[in-house]
Amino acid sequence: MAQMMYRDAVRSTIFEAMEQDDRVVVLGEDVVGGMGTAGGPEAIGGIWSTSTGFYDRFGPDRVIDTPISESAIVGAAGGLALAGKKPVAELMFADFIGVSLDQIWNQIAKFRYMFGGKSTCPAIIRMAYGAGFNAAAQHSQSVHQFLTAMPGLKVVMPSTPEDVRGLLREALRGDDPVIFLEHKALYGVTGEVPDGDYTIPFGHARLARAGQDLTLVATGLMVGRCEVAADTLAKDGIGCDVIDLRTTSPLDEEAVLDSIEVTGRLVVVDEAPQRCSLATDIAALAAQKAFASLKAPVEMVCAPHSPVPFAAELEREYLPSADKIEAAARKALAWR
Amino acid sequence: MQLSREQMLQAYRRMKVIREFEERLHVDIATGAIAGFTHLYCGQEAVAVGVCEHLDVEDKIVSTHRGHGHCLAKGCDVEGMMKEIWGSREGLCKGKGGSMHIADTDVGMLGANGIVGAGAPIAVGAALAAKLDGKGKVAITFSGDGACNQGTTFEAMNLAVVTKAPCVFVFENNHYSEHTGFDYAVGTQKDIASRAEAFGMQVWRADGTDFFAVHDTMRELLDYVRAGNGPAAVEFDTERFFGHFEGDPQRYRGEGELDRIRATRDCLKNFRKNVVSAKLLTDSDLDEIDAAVLDQIEAAVAAAKAAERPTAADVLTDVYVTY
Ligand SMILES: Cc1ncc(C[n+]2csc(CCOP(=O)(O)OP(=O)(O)O)c2C)c(N)n1
Ligand SMILES: [Mg+2]
Repeated sequence: MAQMMYRDAVRSTIFEAMEQDDRVVVLGEDVVGGMGTAGGPEAIGGIWSTSTGFYDRFGPDRVIDTPISESAIVGAAGGLALAGKKPVAELMFADFIGVSLDQIWNQIAKFRYMFGGKSTCPAIIRMAYGAGFNAAAQHSQSVHQFLTAMPGLKVVMPSTPEDVRGLLREALRGDDPVIFLEHKALYGVTGEVPDGDYTIPFGHARLARAGQDLTLVATGLMVGRCEVAADTLAKDGIGCDVIDLRTTSPLDEEAVLDSIEVTGRLVVVDEAPQRCSLATDIAALAAQKAFASLKAPVEMVCAPHSPVPFAAELEREYLPSADKIEAAARKALAWR
Repeated sequence: MQLSREQMLQAYRRMKVIREFEERLHVDIATGAIAGFTHLYCGQEAVAVGVCEHLDVEDKIVSTHRGHGHCLAKGCDVEGMMKEIWGSREGLCKGKGGSMHIADTDVGMLGANGIVGAGAPIAVGAALAAKLDGKGKVAITFSGDGACNQGTTFEAMNLAVVTKAPCVFVFENNHYSEHTGFDYAVGTQKDIASRAEAFGMQVWRADGTDFFAVHDTMRELLDYVRAGNGPAAVEFDTERFFGHFEGDPQRYRGEGELDRIRATRDCLKNFRKNVVSAKLLTDSDLDEIDAAVLDQIEAAVAAAKAAERPTAADVLTDVYVTY
């Protein structure tokens, strides 16, 4: 066991994969940082420090600093993958996916199916998502909800450094396109990371807290907020399952359904607005497959139906908080 | 064409407002009083002002993440902007947008933009609207040397050419896109204007740290566009005095680079040197403006600090007109 920061978990896992497999190629804006300047390559070393040292070790053919061209970055990742490489592309902010959406949605996600299963496209598209930095409407969004709705993509949302390493390794060893969503607020979080070459299979949720009275379901940054709420409720003798989905596609339905069967009460937490969200997806799952177990209406704690606001007061209100999660839990528990 | 005394004083004042606005933000961001991602325009003032002095409220501009200078030059209210950047409910955008999203359609400022390359197509649309209205108005998009690599910029240039839209592509080449050098990221390794030329546009080039060069170039360019000749492009060579964003360690800069550009490529110093040595204005004319501008910025900051904060109830306003 070692202590590791979330961002270092990203960096070290990719670095190790590049050492082991020369098909692994990294590309993105400022992933080298300093190209064409007096300071030279690696003067900065990546905005999120998730690619520091790559260029010095692996050189310009495998560590490709790109101009600002998200459509070409993602498209090139698709092409590299179709041609037998293992690209790890970075979108600096998840919001920039808008610029590259065709290449993700109509191209990478669909190649294998359209080509009758003949091809693989193991492109990994990493991106930093999430609110909490007063970065406003175009640098704060969550994008998992609509990517999860695209057949052909796997969508990963690690909440701990341990999961970053296990899930990223799984992505690197797999043959499918993977969207790897890193929450900006988690980059600086440190956690225990097991030694060795472990992987975490997709579609297997993690039970972050165990209890009998209520089921809390979340991903990414929201997992920690559920844990805080669960710990508060525990002081009143209320036990919560906190289910960290880890991947939203594939989805570990069983983990959710098994928990609801015991607790009968479900609160889903999602950083995105509620309409057509992960929250409504999980609520629908419960309604469809655990109807008889439910003792209370499903509660959802989501962002409001608005873009992400700038001012601190507004953004604080925008994001689901531990307090709001606790209140929703108490509401579900109070039902009859 | 010689500018009048009033025109010169106004241009200097506008550049100085931008400079001091930004210098003050630099201070208030460092203390943590202002949150968010802020990109300062310091060093590039002559471009925004040299362009916008030719425009009236019916001409439109579309800006970038580094938008404060464009907003101020186009006539956005200083205090309203300061309040916005401080996240106040009294801000120009009610604290919803912040530094990267300042806009005021009343003065023809169609928005700063957090998405690099998003502005150019929007400007083409505004230009097509101006063409429909037939009053000789134009739309201007400001783009950086980084944004010129975005497909949206290419598409916008071609669309403007084929539709003969009265659109002006102003490229501010400050030699960096974030931490990457122009020489690396722009494949032509030559300039941006030649790209625009390849799309079929008339192009101009000028020193973006010389207000008079910018102003003269834009007069010629805008005469051409307003006469119905279709779009045009211009590349201004300029400098950014601060980091890409506030907090940037700037390790990509050369030894002494910042001191050098502050000493030799400062558009405000150059302006002063020019007009004083040509006896068009005196040092005391300009000193008077300097003092007044500092007071104005100080007052704007005081107002921003005292301004009303937004509340939870404001989150869901203005998502739609009706819903
Ligand atoms: C679509 C998109 N990609 C990347 C970014 C991140 N980013 C913000 S500004 C910037 C550099 C822009 O460079 P340039 O166009 O030269 O403008 P400058 O910053 O020099 O004013 C980058 C990469 C972004 N905001 N939007
Ligand atoms: Mg630039």
